[in-house]
Amino acid sequence: MSLARRIIPCLDTDGARVVKGVHFEGLRDAGDPVELAARYNSEGADELVVLDIAAARDNRPTFLETIRRVAEQLAIPLTAGGGIRSLEAARAVVRAGADKITVNTAAVERPELLSELSAEFGAQAVVLAIDAKREGGDWQVRIRGGRQATSLNALDWAQRGVELGAGEIVLTSVDRDGTQSGFDNELTAAISNHVSVPVIASGGAKVPAHFLEVFTRGAADAALAASIFHDQVQSIRALKEFLKENGVEVRLPC
Amino acid sequence: MNVTLIDYGAGNVPSVERALRRVGAQVETTNLAEKIAAARCLVLPGVGHCAALIAALDAHCLRQPLVDAVGRGVAFLGICLGLQALYESSEEAPTLKGLGLLRDCVTRLPENVKLPHMGWNTLKTVRASRLLDTVPSGAYFYFAHSFAGPAAGQESAAVSKHGREFIAVLEKENICAVQFHPEKSGAAGAQVLRNFLRVAA
Repeated sequence: MSLARRIIPCLDTDGARVVKGVHFEGLRDAGDPVELAARYNSEGADELVVLDIAAARDNRPTFLETIRRVAEQLAIPLTAGGGIRSLEAARAVVRAGADKITVNTAAVERPELLSELSAEFGAQAVVLAIDAKREGGDWQVRIRGGRQATSLNALDWAQRGVELGAGEIVLTSVDRDGTQSGFDNELTAAISNHVSVPVIASGGAKVPAHFLEVFTRGAADAALAASIFHDQVQSIRALKEFLKENGVEVRLPC
Repeated sequence: MNVTLIDYGAGNVPSVERALRRVGAQVETTNLAEKIAAARCLVLPGVGHCAALIAALDAHCLRQPLVDAVGRGVAFLGICLGLQALYESSEEAPTLKGLGLLRDCVTRLPENVKLPHMGWNTLKTVRASRLLDTVPSGAYFYFAHSFAGPAAGQESAAVSKHGREFIAVLEKENICAVQFHPEKSGAAGAQVLRNFLRVAA
């Protein structure tokens, strides 16, 4: 009996459709979230993340409806986020069917949000998303989809976030995101070994070896990716079989 | 099978309801004492902080009807906090009294592992289990908790391990409970719910 490492597909949406693009520019349609959710659920994804990445969040009712329809398809946990700035907004997302809420910029701007969410939903439902960029020998926290620098050190912020009530961290390397050159294993290991909660690595995945590395050298508890799964470049089942052959404990659905 | 799902505001009520319907149950959600008193099959879900569950049960005056129903032999399934609430107390909320249907208390998992225990883990069955009937050995279940009940104890049908062993499947006469989330545990979780409905029938 030991905890399996998780593989988590992420659906970036404009509220209604899955989209792909770099820094919110040149977004292109990458599919129907409900269809993709059903596929990942049956292919052996361990959880699913659905984000509203629309720069102008004028479409919340649509996103909530998307969460509802995605949740209908799932027999695995669902995390939702993107633009959640208040307890009220989080409640709506949870009522729509999300098991966990992820917050990023809003938590940097108002850290007590983490405590409020944790008090209401429990730490296991609060996922702190951190976008980190290497600055010299350190990593700096970025906000607004990685575009805006902050004065926060990523290790300090991760630790503080856990103290405030986050039960999990999804850590994205701004340097690696979209490059398909592999996860930032050094960053992931630094954060994962620094905090007491599980860390989900994100940014840079392409081939199965990248996942193997982030679970071994990166000490990640889970790994997240988007387009390689959507485009069927990588099947989740084949990825998990590769990891298992290489000694990583994963859940292979029967 | 008619299932009465206790809805005191826990986050996972809609998923539990959906999962029960998928395996063929008719589900009525309620926070009314009289509905619990009249129930033939009760499910107590729960996720989050155990103080919230205990406080909500007391605020809605559900403690006594629940204890009475279980005492009468009504089939009961507790999920996650719904398992932990069965004990006398929990370290998570030491000043509050649990339902006291089981001796012993819920304690925090060790600090030498990452908490919450979040993700998919396997079970070790310690005796024949009705809830795990036809579930393949080695099946994974989804857990999300930092506190847990004791592994040893006559009511323990299966245990899991994260830092220490803890009770994962509890079966004592008409009382069933699981520490994992069957509603989030894929096909294996659905089978556990199906088995519970069979036990309750």
